[in-house]
Amino acid sequence: MTEKRRVYPYIPNSEPGVREAMLRVIGVDSVDDLLGDIPDGIRMKGRMDLPEPFLAEADLRRHVEGIMARNITAGEYLNFLGAGCYDHHVPAVVDEIVGRSEFLTAYAGEPYEDHGRFQVLFEYQSMMAELLDFDICNVPTYDGAQAAGTSLRMASRITGRKKALLAGNMNPDRLQVVRTYLDPAMTAEAFGWDKNTGLLDLEDLVSKMTEDVAAVYFENPSYLGTIESQGERIARIAHESGALMVVFVDPSTLGVLEPPSRYGADIACGDIQPLGVHMNYGGGLGGFICTKGDKRFVEEYPSRLFGIAPTNEKEWGFGDVAWERTSFADRETAKEFVGTHAALWGIAAAVHLASMGPKGMADLGRVIIQRCLYARKVLGKIRGVSTGAPSGSCFKEFVVDFGKTGHDVGKINEMLLSRGVFGGKDLSGEFPELGQSALYCVTEKTGKNDIDRLVEALSDILR
Amino acid sequence: MSLRKGAFHHMRWNEPIIYQLSKPGQRGLLVPEAEAGIERLVGDGLSSIPENMKRSAPPNLPELAQPQVVRHFNRLSQENLGADSNIDIGQGTCTMKHNPKINETFARSPKMTDLHPCQDPSTVQGILEILFRTEELFREISGLDFCSFQPGGGTHGALALATMVRAWHRDRGEDAQRNEIITTLFSHPSDAAVPKVKGYKVIILPPDEEGLPDLEAYRSALSERTAALFFTNPEDTGIFNSRIAGFTNMARQRGALCCYDQANANGLLGITRAREAGFDMSFFNLHKTFSSPHGCGGPATGLLMVDRRLEPYLPVPVVRRDEGTGRFHLDFDRPKSCGKVRAFYGVIPVVLRAYAWIMSLGAEGLEEASRTAVLNNNYFMKKMLEVRGCSISYPKHPARIEQARYSWEKMKEETGFGTGDVQRRIPDFGTHYWTSHEPWVIPEPFTIEPSESYSKEDLDEYLGIMKQISRECYEEPEVIGDAPHSSTVHLIDHEYLDDPDRWAITWREYTKKYTGYFQRR
Repeated sequence: MTEKRRVYPYIPNSEPGVREAMLRVIGVDSVDDLLGDIPDGIRMKGRMDLPEPFLAEADLRRHVEGIMARNITAGEYLNFLGAGCYDHHVPAVVDEIVGRSEFLTAYAGEPYEDHGRFQVLFEYQSMMAELLDFDICNVPTYDGAQAAGTSLRMASRITGRKKALLAGNMNPDRLQVVRTYLDPAMTAEAFGWDKNTGLLDLEDLVSKMTEDVAAVYFENPSYLGTIESQGERIARIAHESGALMVVFVDPSTLGVLEPPSRYGADIACGDIQPLGVHMNYGGGLGGFICTKGDKRFVEEYPSRLFGIAPTNEKEWGFGDVAWERTSFADRETAKEFVGTHAALWGIAAAVHLASMGPKGMADLGRVIIQRCLYARKVLGKIRGVSTGAPSGSCFKEFVVDFGKTGHDVGKINEMLLSRGVFGGKDLSGEFPELGQSALYCVTEKTGKNDIDRLVEALSDILR
Repeated sequence: MSLRKGAFHHMRWNEPIIYQLSKPGQRGLLVPEAEAGIERLVGDGLSSIPENMKRSAPPNLPELAQPQVVRHFNRLSQENLGADSNIDIGQGTCTMKHNPKINETFARSPKMTDLHPCQDPSTVQGILEILFRTEELFREISGLDFCSFQPGGGTHGALALATMVRAWHRDRGEDAQRNEIITTLFSHPSDAAVPKVKGYKVIILPPDEEGLPDLEAYRSALSERTAALFFTNPEDTGIFNSRIAGFTNMARQRGALCCYDQANANGLLGITRAREAGFDMSFFNLHKTFSSPHGCGGPATGLLMVDRRLEPYLPVPVVRRDEGTGRFHLDFDRPKSCGKVRAFYGVIPVVLRAYAWIMSLGAEGLEEASRTAVLNNNYFMKKMLEVRGCSISYPKHPARIEQARYSWEKMKEETGFGTGDVQRRIPDFGTHYWTSHEPWVIPEPFTIEPSESYSKEDLDEYLGIMKQISRECYEEPEVIGDAPHSSTVHLIDHEYLDDPDRWAITWREYTKKYTGYFQRR
């Protein structure tokens, strides 16, 4: 221990004096004496071959920011990408609260020292339940895709059946995750949709509605942006054969659109990223699952469910409801599993919903639909460009068909990029039946000027 | 002994539920309105919604002005105890450590937050380079070859492992035959729960008399049905399984894959790795060992590392560099991929923080972090065992790696107070303590993990708190009886939370079941 040691700011006991004193208390000469259980045969020989570190914070900052400076953000360019991750305004008040170190750096404290975390997430559950018009909402899952997968598995446990019928117009990225959750406990089959209207094909659904179907699943709005208006009929078809209806819904629509519970859904799920979480290159997702308060449903949730309870001084106390369901309580008989998911984004959504209130959510829905309709209309006027199909009502996304322009979407997006625009998501790989089409997204951040600029750029490109 | 002893009182605002603060008509935030030109062309927008899809009654959300929103949530944050504010060594297995503030600067920059996952690769060269470099760092840290950033936490890391295991055996036509996964009792509960979700029969090895996975039980469990091992090492006891290479070797001979749960690798950086111990795959919790904050329970990352034989099965996409141009891209064209475990690519800001943390320390610094975690743990253990009523699991094993599982069994016998009582009293001292994962095979357990972030004085202060609580259990039982006293709230009646008639998971349920303060309707 005579070598000159470096003292690290994050490691107080790297200071040689204190180290010596602690070793003396333990009664050994060096830390190596404490590692005797690790056999020589599996010890690292020599030091890891890592790049030279940036020990000084100032140097680290230059290094990391130097690399990250090469990104061009959705704020620096004009952005029309959505497809499951949305460029909504994140209120400053949300950033302020989720940045509070009491929340940011906490983990799994008890309902005493972490009372705040329990209360905020209880309030989150409460506001989400109101938004969805259901009784129950869970602490967030990893993402909406997990929420969808788990909703289907819940439906399977409730019905004792093993098959999911999935809408053919669901988000393909999400579908891949859902498949991971279903395999091998459940099988999945797609049912059709009409590419002219965007609506689901109920004849096809009925023909696939067998006795082993646990759930019918669709997304509203669909991946392609259309609003599905046949919910009640789909629910009837599902319920008549003993299956449940699971609807994945974008919560930012629910100030103006009817929530799935009102058209017969048994389980509603979705992603809370639109409610005050930055896109974070797709890292801002967090899922929710809502149901009625029926014990049959509550007991099938794998997630944490925070409940309210009295204290001996008549305060609001909180804790975990029906803990025995979870894999923390019993690893072998648990309902799926629970772990570290996306609680901080639940806090973000709570602050967001409390700030928006019912009027804010209604205003949000209204302006998004207006701008979406406007964009769809003015883009459709560009020569060769069609925004007519799917023709159904839309919320914030719609399909733009470039098939008649003679250019493919990839090329058009490349040219848009050179004009400072992120064009819509290329659908030609995911939905070849739509030809050279792209999925465009507008939000409350997309002003008329932005849409007009897009039209100008496209007109120029397609001239 | 701390100068602040006895002085702590947690913030107690008696903050109402947000619905109780609602005042109709208030607005916390205004949203943009459609420009006149838009309104003229498309109308109010709402009439385009199919009649049956128009929201018939507005959602019952609270209505507050912004100052009241901020005050409410600020107060709730003050009623929460983050790792920044306390000596957070009581959450064993979870590696609570300093979350460097500079890393928050990076994670909160628009250069991180304002990136859409479908942007053209040319516009995200910075973040792709961070991901690419992070994979290179973990290649050295684990000894394995390729990575996926998708798993959103440790349990999700285990899901990625189980999904990979299935893809691997399926590709070999052995999927139907290999339907068992072997784990150990002191591995994380998810190492058993997750394989079950993926349809495996799970065999849990009990500990032998030394606390290590029982070798005989292992021999008889291992067969041509074994798909994989899911092992933690060191386990929750902090004891390193020195026979690990033998375990992995036997599994390999039987054609099983060896999966290492390195959610917590905080005592091993630069000392021993997955590769040398014979593992094929491993995952690392970047929110534990690699310093990203825990966020009250996520968002997080369980970074998956695999041997090159398993690379084709990784979740899609992976980050690659074109050797010719040096440009980075996402590779989606992976026919053997096991699919996806998460939407898009993972919780990327967490990866960014971990990258910055590793680059702030280097190889020598990472090793220093681990060796200091081991030093802290053994120092704490030496002194903790002097506390009355405390013992340690498997005392024959003197040294532990980064954590240790203790027991209050003796104190429980002598005073009637056990680990749950200590857990309830400790918030009165401004810190936190977790019992242990279930099942409690070690009676009255608790697990302490004094990571490298804590000074000797911090450890002594926490030890002082443990001593005082032990003394109270023996000499002042009335203090323990209805603790906590100076926390945010008093003793909670947990029976309400397990009774379907009484539980309320939302305010809506509460108001359906109760009026006033828990008066049944």
